This record gives sequence, structure tokens and C-alpha cells, in this order.
Amino acid sequence: MSLLNLKDVTLKFGGLTAVNKLSLSVEEGQVFALVGPNGAGKSTAFNLISRFYTPFSGSITFDGHDLLRLRPSQVPGLGIARTFQNIELFHQATVLQNLLVGRHRHRRTTMLEELLHLPRVRSEERANRLAVEEVIDFLDLQPYRDQRIAGLPYGVRKVVELGRALASKPRLLLLDEPASGLSVEETQNMRWWIDDIRRHMGITVLMVEHDMGLVGKVCDRVLALADGAKLAEGTPAEVQSHPAVIAAYLGTAAVSKGADAKGVRA
Amino acid sequence: MRFPFKTSYDHDIRLFPDWWNFSLYAALLALAVVLPFMIDDYFLGEATSVLIWAVAGLGLMLLTGQTGQVSLGHSAFMALGCYSCVLLMEAGVPFVLAFLASGVITGIIGAVIAVPALRLHGVYLAIATLALAILADDIIVLTAEWTGGVNGKYAPPISILGVTVDRWSTPDLYYWMVLLVVVGVTLAYRNLLRAPLGRAFAAVRDSEISAQAMGIDIARTKTMAFGLSCAITGLGGALMGLFSGAFNNETFSFLLSIQLVMMIVVGGLGSIHGAFLGALVVSFLPQVLSITAGALGRGVAIPGLEAAVFGVMLIGFILFEPMGLYGRWLKIRTFLELFPFARKDMFRRQKAYLKTERLR
Ligand SMILES: Nc1ncnc2c1ncn2[C@@H]1O[C@H](COP(=O)(O)OP(=O)(O)OP(=O)(O)O)[C@@H](O)[C@H]1O
Ligand SMILES: [Mg+2]
Repeated sequence: MSLLNLKDVTLKFGGLTAVNKLSLSVEEGQVFALVGPNGAGKSTAFNLISRFYTPFSGSITFDGHDLLRLRPSQVPGLGIARTFQNIELFHQATVLQNLLVGRHRHRRTTMLEELLHLPRVRSEERANRLAVEEVIDFLDLQPYRDQRIAGLPYGVRKVVELGRALASKPRLLLLDEPASGLSVEETQNMRWWIDDIRRHMGITVLMVEHDMGLVGKVCDRVLALADGAKLAEGTPAEVQSHPAVIAAYLGTAAVSKGADAKGVRA
Repeated sequence: MRFPFKTSYDHDIRLFPDWWNFSLYAALLALAVVLPFMIDDYFLGEATSVLIWAVAGLGLMLLTGQTGQVSLGHSAFMALGCYSCVLLMEAGVPFVLAFLASGVITGIIGAVIAVPALRLHGVYLAIATLALAILADDIIVLTAEWTGGVNGKYAPPISILGVTVDRWSTPDLYYWMVLLVVVGVTLAYRNLLRAPLGRAFAAVRDSEISAQAMGIDIARTKTMAFGLSCAITGLGGALMGLFSGAFNNETFSFLLSIQLVMMIVVGGLGSIHGAFLGALVVSFLPQVLSITAGALGRGVAIPGLEAAVFGVMLIGFILFEPMGLYGRWLKIRTFLELFPFARKDMFRRQKAYLKTERLR
């Protein structure tokens, strides 16, 4: 059985159908990419999985659990972590503290224990720190450990956000445009990290990405969306050469020009 | 400049990062303990009052500075702490128990009120809590049977294990008692900051959306912050009422809330130091004002002068030094430590990259 299942999921914003009868299933161990032009509904699909939105119809399950029964804050508890398209970090806090927040789903101590700093709090903190330090080593974040987010360059913030998601030791990682705004070298790093995350950490990845070069290198399976609906699904090469995808990517301009020539108004 | 050399994770978990830092705060505490032997009773009373303000301020700091929720209603919780403590004492409960219970009661009632209130954001929350503060005034008058209403109440004598602690006859005992509360509250506050819940508070403050994506329940976390904050402020209110000897609805008017807000903003939002610096300002500003007014040859007090100066200071700090006095001190310290290499823009607010506005 696949790890993540979306079945006929539909979401409308007013008159706009952002996600239209979308079905997809991500198998354990896969790196799965959602591609599509701007406004296709990719981020909205992520926000549906995170339970920030409730679909009008359809079902979403993760490892047999019905996600629609959960509140947004309960989703990470199942082992789903994510990043955001427009980096959402805790700006006033340091890199270390941000990564430690990623450990929140493993919190076992109560408020009272924490107020008194009982021994259990200390030992949990050590364990949290150990887990976070592994992530710091993995992503080479050592130089930034004690720096506040507010002063960090964009590329580093992007990595910190990935780190915070990894710190929660998820089973499924949702990456919304992990390489957008990154330099060529940073994109290279991101590629190796995604590879390692799948191979060595055994984490399943679902990502949205515009950079087809990166998608071709790291993903096993790609689903192309346009206007909220599925256009094509398959290996990166298959999807890239699919006529409907090419039409969607070449832009509505080319298509509507052709349509005009035939005397049809779009 | 000192370079910390860390050898274990405990280094970052401990209360004090190094010996130097530990010695500094140990010296400060020692000084605070021996203060009664160094100053006269009048100034000792002032010092006690600073510490009481600090307790109340730490309460609001936890909510506003740490969790990012404004409250203009904390005078209501000071009142609640004070009246519940005094009523329990009058019912025969020993002071120590009554005092602790007043914190718990205020915390629980605060948390209950928080559930609907914290659905509101920003300025709407401020208005709702302000309404609460004004309402509290009326409730005190309406329930005059228990609260004494406008006529007020006299604070019952405090006795701890048979020893009488009185502001006038044993000011040093009174001071030490308040100091003990301050140390306890400060320690609990610090413990919170180095634990998951404290980080969750900061996460809610900085980005609710990603806090949720990390598994933090926003409503629950805010409610806990509000409850804890009210509990601490309630303790401050109990101390303030007992210290003033007599109190009525006027003692806990909404102006007190404004003073609390000013205190934490001027001191520096989000830091324990800020609460203490703010307490110093709030306690000594009226004195400075009356001395200045006296020096200017005005025998009579100018009505409303204090509130006006508080207001101007609040606006001034928000505009020119949002990090408060403590932030100013950090800048000066960095400048001295790095001299002559400090750059002017080191503390400049960095541009926050576009935030997800679609997801509120
Ligand atoms: N909260 C919202 N309210 C109204 N409309 C929304 C909301 N969120 C998204 N939309 C709309 O839904 C559509 C899909 O948006 P979405 O953010 O999912 O696109 P995307 O595929 O992630 O595009 P991009 O590549 O630009 O990130 C867009 O037309 C967008 O304007
Ligand atoms: Mg998007």
C-alpha cells in the first residue's frame, strides 16, 4: 500500500478551482515531484496535506490514517514534515533554536516538569540536541548554529528550513520549491541532500519544483498539474515529453494563438 | 571579548554559559541579599516596590515578549491575584498557601478567559483585553460584599511560620520575602526558555503557520502562555496589594495595565532583563518627575503628568528603540567588546523575506 494517497481531491477558492479531482499516490521510498505552471495548485495540494485547507470532496490518507480527521498540528505527529515556498522560519530565534522546534513532535515532558527543569527535561534536551546536531552536520550548518535567522542570507535560510523539517525525523518530507532562488552551487548541494535523504535516511520525499533539471536528476516519478487538474504522470522523461505538458509549459500564448487561427475563442 | 569554549551540550542547557556569567549573576544576587544592610528603610521600600513590579512585568513579558500576544487586561489579573490571596487569608488560610493558591487561581481563570480571547489577533486582542480591564473595575465595585468595593480593603497581616512580615516594622523581612518570589519566578521563566514549551511560545510569536507545521497546537500553546502569564502577574498583584496596605478598585485600574505594557516595551520585549529594567523605570519615574517639577518651582503636582510622560516614552521607544533599554545595552556592549571594529549596521533590522500571506 502506498504511503500517501490523495483520491479525487477538490478545493475551490470562491469561483476558482485550485485543485480539481486530483488523485496521486506516493510509494514509500520514492522521490515524487509535482510540477506545473504558476498557479497550477501545487502549493495548495501541499496545504491540503498539511490540513491547512479542508477539501470540498475527496480523501487524503497517510499510512492508512485518514488525514482529514486530524487538525493541522496533529499531522506532523504521524511523521510528515514540510518546508514552505516562501520560507517560514522563526525570525527572532537562532538556527539552533529553529531546528530544536523541529523536535517538538517528540516532546514528552509537561509544563510543570519544564518549569522546574526536572532531570527528565534535561535528558530529553540532550537527546533533542543530539538529533539536531546530526542534522547540522549533514547540512553543514555549523557556522550558523548560534546566528539569528533575521541576519542570514536567503540560501542559508532555505537550508535551515530543510534542516528544521529533518530534525523532526519524518517519514514523509514535503518540499515546496527547495531550489527556487538558489545559486547553481546551492542547487547542486540540494540535489545531493535530497538523494541522501532518500537513500541514507529512508525518508520519502514529495516535492514541488520548477527546475526540470533537478527534477530529472532526483525524482523517480513526476505528476504534472495545470489549473488544478492532473495532466500527466510518469517518469521525468515521460512527463517532459508529454504533449499536454509541453503545451501547458509553452504557455497559453502559443496555444491560444493556434486556437485563434482556427477561429475558436478560448 | 570572551570566546566560549563549549565541550558538551549541557553547556547550552545550563543556566549560566560560563564562570564569568555565573559570577556576575551570583554577585548581583549577593548584592540584592545584603541590600537591607546598606540602605535605609525608605529606599528599601522603593527596592521592594521595584521587585514587585518586576514580578508583574515578568508575567506580561511571558505573554507579550515571548508569545507575541498583547494584553491590556493584566491589571484585571493583578486584581484577581490580590483579592483571591487576601480573601483566602481572611478565611484563615496561612499566607504562603494563600499566596501560591492566588497564583494558581489567577492562572486557571486567565487560561479560561484566554480560550475565546486568543482567537483575536493584534489590535483586536488589545481592545478585548482592555475591555476586560475596565470590566474588572466594575466587577470589584459590584461585588462589594466580598471586595469592599470603592471603600476597599485593608491588607491582613502576613505571618510566615509564626514570624510576622510587616512592611513598616520589619521592612527587611518583607524585602527578602519579595526577593525570594522574584528569584523563584525568574528561575521558572528561565527554565521555560530552555525547554520545548518556551520554544513553542517563540514559534507561535514568529510564525503561527510553521509552528503548526512542526506540530505545535496554536490554541493550546497560547492558552498555556496566557495562563502562566496571568499566574505570575497575579502573584505580582497579590504582593502589590499587600504591600500598599490598603487597596480598592482604583488600585487596579486599567492604567496599571498601560504601565505594565510600557514597562516591558521600555525595558526590552522578549528578555528577562527587560522586565527588570522596565520595573526600575516605572518605579522611579514618578519620583524623578516630582523632583523635576519641584525644581522647576511648581509646588503642586500637575495632574496627568505621569500618564502623559509614560505615554510619550512608550511611543518614543516603539519608534526609536523597539528593542528597549536592554537592546540599547546590548548594542553598547557589543560596541565596546568589538572596539574599534563594530559596524553601525550590525543591529539593523534585516529585511524579512516575503512571508506567505495567502496562508493566514
Ligand atoms: N488562500 C487562497 N485564497 C484564494 N485563492 C488562492 C489561495 N491560495 C491559492 N489560491 C489560488 O489558487 C491557485 C493555485 O495556487 P498555488 O499557490 O497552489 O499555485 P502553485 O502551483 O503553487 O503556483 P506557484 O508555482 O506560483 O507556486 C492560484 O490561482 C492562487 O491564486
Ligand atoms: Mg507554489
